[in-house]
Amino acid sequence: MTETKLKKNSKRNIPQQENKLSVWERLLLARSQERPTAMDFIQRLFTQFVELHGDRNFRDDPSILSGIASFEGKSVAIIGHQKGKSFKDRVTRNFGMSHPEGYRKALRIMRLAERFHMPIVSFVDTPGAYPGIEAEERGQVEAVARNIMEAFDVKVPIIVFVIGEGGSGGALAIGVGDRVYMLENAVYSVISPEACATILWGDSTRAPEAAERLQMTAPDLLRLGIIDGIVPEAEGGVHKDMNKTLSTMKALISETIESLSAKTPRELLDERYQKFQGMVAYRENARTHFPPASLLT
Amino acid sequence: MGWLTRSKPQGTPGGPEDRTAGEAGRKVRIPEGLWIKCTVCRQIVYRKEVERAGKVCPKCNYHFPITVEERIEQLSDPGTFEEFAGDIEPVDPLHFVDSHRYPDRIKSAQKKTGLKEAVRIGDCLISARPAVLGVFSFDFMGGSMGSVVGEKVVRGVERALERRVPLVLVTSSGGARMQEGIFSLMQMARTSAAVGRLHEAGVPYISVLSDPTFGGVTASFAMLGDVIIAEPRSLIGFAGPRVIEQTIKQQLPEGFQRAEFLLTHGFLDMVVERGRLKETLALLMCLFSPGDRICSSALSEAGDGGG
Repeated sequence: MTETKLKKNSKRNIPQQENKLSVWERLLLARSQERPTAMDFIQRLFTQFVELHGDRNFRDDPSILSGIASFEGKSVAIIGHQKGKSFKDRVTRNFGMSHPEGYRKALRIMRLAERFHMPIVSFVDTPGAYPGIEAEERGQVEAVARNIMEAFDVKVPIIVFVIGEGGSGGALAIGVGDRVYMLENAVYSVISPEACATILWGDSTRAPEAAERLQMTAPDLLRLGIIDGIVPEAEGGVHKDMNKTLSTMKALISETIESLSAKTPRELLDERYQKFQGMVAYRENARTHFPPASLLT
Repeated sequence: MGWLTRSKPQGTPGGPEDRTAGEAGRKVRIPEGLWIKCTVCRQIVYRKEVERAGKVCPKCNYHFPITVEERIEQLSDPGTFEEFAGDIEPVDPLHFVDSHRYPDRIKSAQKKTGLKEAVRIGDCLISARPAVLGVFSFDFMGGSMGSVVGEKVVRGVERALERRVPLVLVTSSGGARMQEGIFSLMQMARTSAAVGRLHEAGVPYISVLSDPTFGGVTASFAMLGDVIIAEPRSLIGFAGPRVIEQTIKQQLPEGFQRAEFLLTHGFLDMVVERGRLKETLALLMCLFSPGDRICSSALSEAGDGGG
């Protein structure tokens, strides 16, 4: 299946699903404990996954998984947020909320991937970067900023899948890539609807309303020109049946690696830069700049 | 008009409420009276003396919030600031409504501040050295970064690259502008990517953080300066103090997220008082390009005068 076909298919598939699921229901699916984690995808998409640990600076952050693996005979590097399965595991992994050393580990693996010409596959699934005393002390802001900047300089293809929650800067810290795909029921937002509702109305129980306004679902972000495509899920969510989702992901990884490997490093970086530079909406001298220009009047 | 204008009472310095004094202080404009009461130390100080020091309390060194115009005046040589990208205006990509429509919020912020958006950017001279200078306004929707702010920062970078002159950005921001949703998040990527090009080209970028700088602004271009400076006591961080307190259910340590705290932890190069900011910028700019005509004389002068 080509990428264009996939986009069209996704667009066709979504409206039927949309009638069934509200934004809030999608968000609950994205956050569901039953939802497959990054590790579930990694084990099923790749063979011979070797996990690599630590940022070589402070400690190993279990909320970020990283390593190298084999995909269709080629070696790839993998990074991803890991929320954990059991309650104990979730606590250990801080519910997928990373500290600076987590992002620094991810950056270390991105640079390692570059040295050995391995494409990078990233799995985004986080409520956000962890807001805590130690995270601030160790430079949460610096870690997030550096990862984002450096990702534009990593000279191997990067494919990003938002598999569950794409929570703000903590998501973007491993979310810059040449192709960004979202699972059908994943969400991606600048702020959690709870925090948004608290700020806007001083009432976090109005989160479902905030979720609607933030336009955080995969179809929203495809329409707004932020993502490249939607990976379909089984009815009721990917936890019911991963097969359809996995086969699409495999096809996307395979195609993307093939099409991007032909590019020179300079072409790759320039295109990645231009792709993100297009994600802006403003008016200047009566001209409106917006990714899909037809959508704004 | 009274002789004494009392600003809103704040917590005692160093007390538990002091942490938020910077935030609350944002709302306090220095009033018109001849004497004013300092927001932090609560001492009564002569207004002219405060203004002469660039709006700094002579008793406790509290840096009062200043406007974009005042900042530009303090940092650039008189009459040299030439704004560019001033016509870029925000749109409402999500048709966002909370208690007000987003376009109405923009209009009222524009009316309140006289600015078109939360940042102004332009060419200028700083002690006769050419630079690109961008200054944030916290009064404009909390200095939040939406598409226009992102675009202006990117244009500032492009301009600095094209002219090969240093970029100086003075931030004060609550972070991303949530009314622009995912577009505001993507400005973190756009601005950080642009700064990467500046680094690659070897064009200096000096980031100046003023009170407060948080969220998506700190977690992108603001933390990527070749040199990072902050004004004394500025609150700087990722998550706001209240969010952290709610998350960890603990009181935050004394001085947490203050400029001095970041300096100790290695995330700032220096904390510089407002009165010395311009000379510090000028010196750094010279040290980054010592071959420059103005700089070679300035640097040797400084050397001659040393000791």
